[in-house]
Amino acid sequence: MGLGRVYKTRSETVTALDSVDLKIREGELFGVLGPNGAGKTTLIKILVTLLLPTSGTARVDGFDVVTEYRRLRPRISIVSGGENAGYGILKVREQLWMFSQFYGMPSGPARARIDELLERLGLADVANRQISGLSSGMRQKMNLVRGLMTDPRVLFLDEPTVALDVGAARDLRQEVGRWMEEDPTRTVILTTHYMQEADDLCDRIAIVNKGRIVIEGTPHSLKAEVQRDVVVDLQLEPGTPLLDRLREVEGVGAASVREEDGIDRFSLLLVDDGVLTNVISTVERSGRRVAGLAKRQPTLEDAFVKLVGRSMSEEEAN
Amino acid sequence: MNDRAEGARLFLKTIVARAYPRVVAANRQKSWVFFDLAFPLVGTFAMVFVYEGLHAPKQFLGFVVMGGAMLAFWQNVLWSMGAQFSWDRDNGTLELYAISPTTFEGVLLGMAVGAMFTTTIRGAAVLLIGSLLFGVSYSLSGILPAAGIFLLTLAALYCLGMLLASLFLFYSREAWHLSNALQEPVNFLSGLYFPVKALGAYVGGAASLIPLTLGLDAMRQVLLPGTPRFLSPGLETLAVAAQIPLFAFLAYSSLRFMEARARREGKLISKWS
Repeated sequence: MGLGRVYKTRSETVTALDSVDLKIREGELFGVLGPNGAGKTTLIKILVTLLLPTSGTARVDGFDVVTEYRRLRPRISIVSGGENAGYGILKVREQLWMFSQFYGMPSGPARARIDELLERLGLADVANRQISGLSSGMRQKMNLVRGLMTDPRVLFLDEPTVALDVGAARDLRQEVGRWMEEDPTRTVILTTHYMQEADDLCDRIAIVNKGRIVIEGTPHSLKAEVQRDVVVDLQLEPGTPLLDRLREVEGVGAASVREEDGIDRFSLLLVDDGVLTNVISTVERSGRRVAGLAKRQPTLEDAFVKLVGRSMSEEEAN
Repeated sequence: MNDRAEGARLFLKTIVARAYPRVVAANRQKSWVFFDLAFPLVGTFAMVFVYEGLHAPKQFLGFVVMGGAMLAFWQNVLWSMGAQFSWDRDNGTLELYAISPTTFEGVLLGMAVGAMFTTTIRGAAVLLIGSLLFGVSYSLSGILPAAGIFLLTLAALYCLGMLLASLFLFYSREAWHLSNALQEPVNFLSGLYFPVKALGAYVGGAASLIPLTLGLDAMRQVLLPGTPRFLSPGLETLAVAAQIPLFAFLAYSSLRFMEARARREGKLISKWS
């Protein structure tokens, strides 16, 4: 409640989290969505007891993260994207056993649990391979096994699929889902800047930007924010910048653009179909040529653009 | 099981688990033959030839061989204890230690136990090869006392290593600079290749803060009769023994301070801050 974190250096003061109020229910897969630098990782670091808040309080599984952190730690676990923790000279099974000991697990049950999870994630064949010889996908699956093997009450996943190929990311998501199904009281808090990942996985989502929660709700309810808008994908061949002019067109609720294969792909939220005429006129006046135009269903990305005013990539660039 | 017993069990498990990679590394990483055996031997040979060229008494060769063996421990304390937490921070391991129920003390002690095991094998190899090659003979009656002094010296040295681990996190983003900076001065001050008495009372007294200095000198005195006496072996042993609780306490306090500061400032433990 009222969670805040300010970093002070000699030259500046940075507010990474600003009065965040959040309630995550037991058994929920909760997504924290936002661009890089939005405050997601700071929030997670506070919740996993690595960082103290400068204001407010937070409880995880009933324990205060500041005063009861020693009692909380056995009940949580974290898996981060691009994680290289551990020692490359160890074999997969050895490394996992080592971490299990830091949680006080008896060696026998720990080894059995490790083997079971390695099997489920398709890593049984590399259980005796040195970690230094693993691909990044295998390594991240091994990290997930580390996170799951202690059966935490709350599992934190910090950008767990970043830089993974599609197959490895899918396997990870599937395993997280399966792990939660085994025990409906298990809770997962996921940070990501992949909208689709959040949409597919999460029961509820909080969109974070500039250290504040912009909105919180189910993926469905967030998309409903833009349900009444007309969502249009407009593809233009290269030319003069047009984003700001399109945003100024009356009836355009929000606009964002990304470049792909030499084509500028605009996403426009329009109040109604009639606005499209003004949009096309603006494009024609700029001298740019239309390469494609299509209406589509709203996504979380559209909700983000509408709520924040800019796309996630624009926020990151900013 | 009550909290205290559970804590002790977790502590012991952590020591064994963290020692494991060190012991395993001894078998899997063959490069140790160069770094921990060949290189110390080369340095030892060079000093032996200097003493032989000067027609120094035979026991000087013993000083050098024993110093060469103990050098492996100092290098190990610097690079595998002092710098280890910095490397663990850089690859994200330190964060995982921090959020697990275990303690940094258990992790460090495990590192120390594993390192002592492997380095003792390497140090013994240097001692054996050097002694055989250069015909160094030792006093048989001194072997048992020397073994006792050796264990006390190791305990004090690795407690110092545990202290260095958190100090390196405070004062250096690049731990290897600090390790480099500390290596040669300590090699000199601890009298690895000459009797400590040669340093004089003041420099020798200051150098005595390094457990290696007095420990090595005491071992030389009991194993190589005629070694120039800096202090009596008994007094030197007592001083080394006193350093164990001193460095252990400083290491503990430093770790507590580091952990509190890390949580307060978001630094030290996390790679991104």
